[in-house]
Amino acid sequence: MVRSLLVRGMIAGLIAGLLYFLFAYLFGEASVDAAIAYEEQAAAAAREASNEAPLVSRGIQATIGLAAAALIYGAALGGVFALVYSAVYGRIGRLTPRETAAVLALVGFVAVIVVPFLKYPASPPASSIDGTIGSRTGLYLAMIIFSVVLAAGAILLGRRLLARFGTRNATLLAAGAYVAAAGIVGYLMPVVAETPADFPATVLYQFRLASFGGQLVLWTALGLVFGALIDGSSRRSGSRPSIDPASL
Amino acid sequence: MAQAAAVPTPLPVAIPLRDVAPWAVFAGVILLSLLYLVGMDQGATSLTSGGMLHEFVHDGRHLLGFPCH
Repeated sequence: MVRSLLVRGMIAGLIAGLLYFLFAYLFGEASVDAAIAYEEQAAAAAREASNEAPLVSRGIQATIGLAAAALIYGAALGGVFALVYSAVYGRIGRLTPRETAAVLALVGFVAVIVVPFLKYPASPPASSIDGTIGSRTGLYLAMIIFSVVLAAGAILLGRRLLARFGTRNATLLAAGAYVAAAGIVGYLMPVVAETPADFPATVLYQFRLASFGGQLVLWTALGLVFGALIDGSSRRSGSRPSIDPASL
Repeated sequence: MAQAAAVPTPLPVAIPLRDVAPWAVFAGVILLSLLYLVGMDQGATSLTSGGMLHEFVHDGRHLLGFPCH
């Protein structure tokens, strides 16, 4: 049961990763190139331009490299998604498999991507200080962990409020509690402001828009494709919302 | 879902957590290490030597939102 869900999650993740790659290639690469052009210009102005050949050419980075990153990320995320799905299905209300997958994708997108992005947004090359990579990575991970823990807490809170307030109000109260708590955590976390004063604003804007849009594509595809994959198999095996092992 | 209107929707059957746990632990560790390799290795921390991996997934790393240089 968990195994077949895991396989489906990883397949859905691969498809989502492929769509992510197409989106990121079409809408994100121009801003990455522009940021690297700024970086080289700044280095040339400071007479630090290195003549070393790059380890990986820009052409590879923007195509095969980006595709590999997107597919591995998608498949791994899809697998984690399926594991969380197998733990929560049947435990959050009376949602069908498809509804559970959609709700999980929405909650996951908000908790793992949107809220951490609001505090520590994706940054193009040359817009951060090299030496602070350790603290920036730590803060970013901490923000994701806080956000996910708060989201899980909000779901448990919503379940408790269900009997007294009804589904709609309990959901709204839980969502409100999450937004308030995440807002407080975000306010208390240290600020990272490293973008050089003369970094082109349009490049930063385009990059962040593409980064956010790519994640939106990825999580939407993951939730919908995973839902379709598990729903199709449960329908074939009758009205049972489970996966028939024989269908594998 | 035509029959759902006629009979009350049955409660979805949850998977027992003891069936999920071993998968969550073993597959979870492998999946999270994959995310680590794509997102962070040869950056803040380095389990593999050199900069090849970092350079190869460079664009994905930036666009996916991981802190990078």
